[in-house]
Amino acid sequence: MNWTWFHKLGSPKWFYEVTSKWMFWLALITVLLLVTGLVWGLAFAPADYQQGNSYRIIFVHVPVALLAQSCYIAMAIAGAVGLIWKMKLADMAAKVSAPIGASFTFLALLTGAIWGKPTWGTWWVWDARLTSMLLLLFLYFGYMALQAAFDNETTASKASSILALVGLVNIPIIKYSVEWWNTLHQPATLTFTSKPTMAPEMLVPLLISIVGFYCFFTLAFLMRLRAEVLIRENRTQWVKKLVQNDV
Amino acid sequence: MYFDSVSSFLEMGGHGPYVWVCYAITVLVIAYNIWRPIRTRKVFIVDLKRRLRREARK
Amino acid sequence: MSEVESIRPPTLWQSCRMILQRDLRLAFRNQSDLANPLIFFVMVASLFPLGVSPDTAFLSQIATGIIWVAALLATLLSLDAMFRSDYDDGSLEQLLLSPYPLYILVLAKVFSHWIVSGLLLTLLFPLLAVLLFLPWEGYPAMLASLLLGTPLLSLIGAIGAALTVGLKKGGVLLSLLILPLYIPVLIFGTGAVGAALNGTPYIGHLLWLAVFLVMAITMAPFAIAAALRISIAG
Repeated sequence: MNWTWFHKLGSPKWFYEVTSKWMFWLALITVLLLVTGLVWGLAFAPADYQQGNSYRIIFVHVPVALLAQSCYIAMAIAGAVGLIWKMKLADMAAKVSAPIGASFTFLALLTGAIWGKPTWGTWWVWDARLTSMLLLLFLYFGYMALQAAFDNETTASKASSILALVGLVNIPIIKYSVEWWNTLHQPATLTFTSKPTMAPEMLVPLLISIVGFYCFFTLAFLMRLRAEVLIRENRTQWVKKLVQNDV
Repeated sequence: MYFDSVSSFLEMGGHGPYVWVCYAITVLVIAYNIWRPIRTRKVFIVDLKRRLRREARK
Repeated sequence: MSEVESIRPPTLWQSCRMILQRDLRLAFRNQSDLANPLIFFVMVASLFPLGVSPDTAFLSQIATGIIWVAALLATLLSLDAMFRSDYDDGSLEQLLLSPYPLYILVLAKVFSHWIVSGLLLTLLFPLLAVLLFLPWEGYPAMLASLLLGTPLLSLIGAIGAALTVGLKKGGVLLSLLILPLYIPVLIFGTGAVGAALNGTPYIGHLLWLAVFLVMAITMAPFAIAAALRISIAG
């Protein structure tokens, strides 16, 4: 197998130049997918026979909740790559994923709480999913706090990567124990999404918005990463040239 | 279109406020995630330009 | 002859014992550091009758949770000191330079931390249980769950302590990093006592705690060792 792409990835300059060509198309695809998925879900999908129209929150809640979790995994993997191969770009990738993941986790919690009001009658229920989302948010906060606590960028990345990996090992344990705790303390509540058969008129827009949100994550991630690359490479010639040509 | 009229679309059978607030917050979070790197980039470019000018003068 | 013997480096077992002895001696000599988390443990528990209600039935219902949460917070309080003085006087660096696997040495340090925090907390719990009217049936489960759970708290906490030892203001940050990771211990620890109070078997919960403990013993020292190396280098 040819590994040159992997080594090239280690070069921030190469990364910056290649992604420059992608950004426009990625943004276009993201807008198309998100608008299609969300408008379809809001206006065209039929109402749920049990929950009425409040279920339309699903079209943001589920994609965002999925992303919140995948983002942590991606962050931990990027951190591991940075630790093992000492790849600067991977360190930066881990660092910039955290705030995006935290904002998605926050959004998932908020939409979950708002959805809870018409469904359960209260804003907050100590439901297994919401609780593990809350703990995920705490993990993100811890990661960002540790990242911010160090003056030295390299030490900060290394330390927070270790924390992310420890968190990654812990996430399944936390999820499992919260679920187990929930069955103990709570009578079965109306679950959000565990319907085995979702009508295709609802499933298709949901899938579209999931893909849309993933594209959005990639877009936001690349934007942040590119900015971070510029900041960390501010002493290099190529960044200076780039900035001087930027009017 | 699932709804008969614009008003029923906005009302969503009484669940309108919940649904619309959710979507509004989502739009805000999306906007924040786009705005933040753009601002970081702008601030950086301004700072670096200033630094380069200063260094050129020396 | 004896001179040659004395400069022979200690074996792995000896160095572990030396670490243990040294840490314990330091801990028992500096008695306020030893006692403060324990006093805190009792104080936190006494806040609840004053703040919520002194009603016997009510207190006995929440006693399990309070004892566990108090143990958690008291452990957190003691964590920051785990590597701090060693870092300040440079002995941590010496530990890292030792020819033996850091994995084992770190385990010895965590073990000594557990003896002066978790073990003492466990011994102290009957006092809290009496103050909070924990029903008698809960005592064995509480003892077992604390014995299995507090080493977990020390192990997981040591990761945070190692990550933040190089920072001036590590204390609050440390709690922020570690508390979410403590949740499973809290859930299964209180779950065991809850089951015992309901008269249902609680061995399952204890086994889960034991599984977590084995996992933590095998994996956490790697993270602690790596974190210490980073903190020292940085």
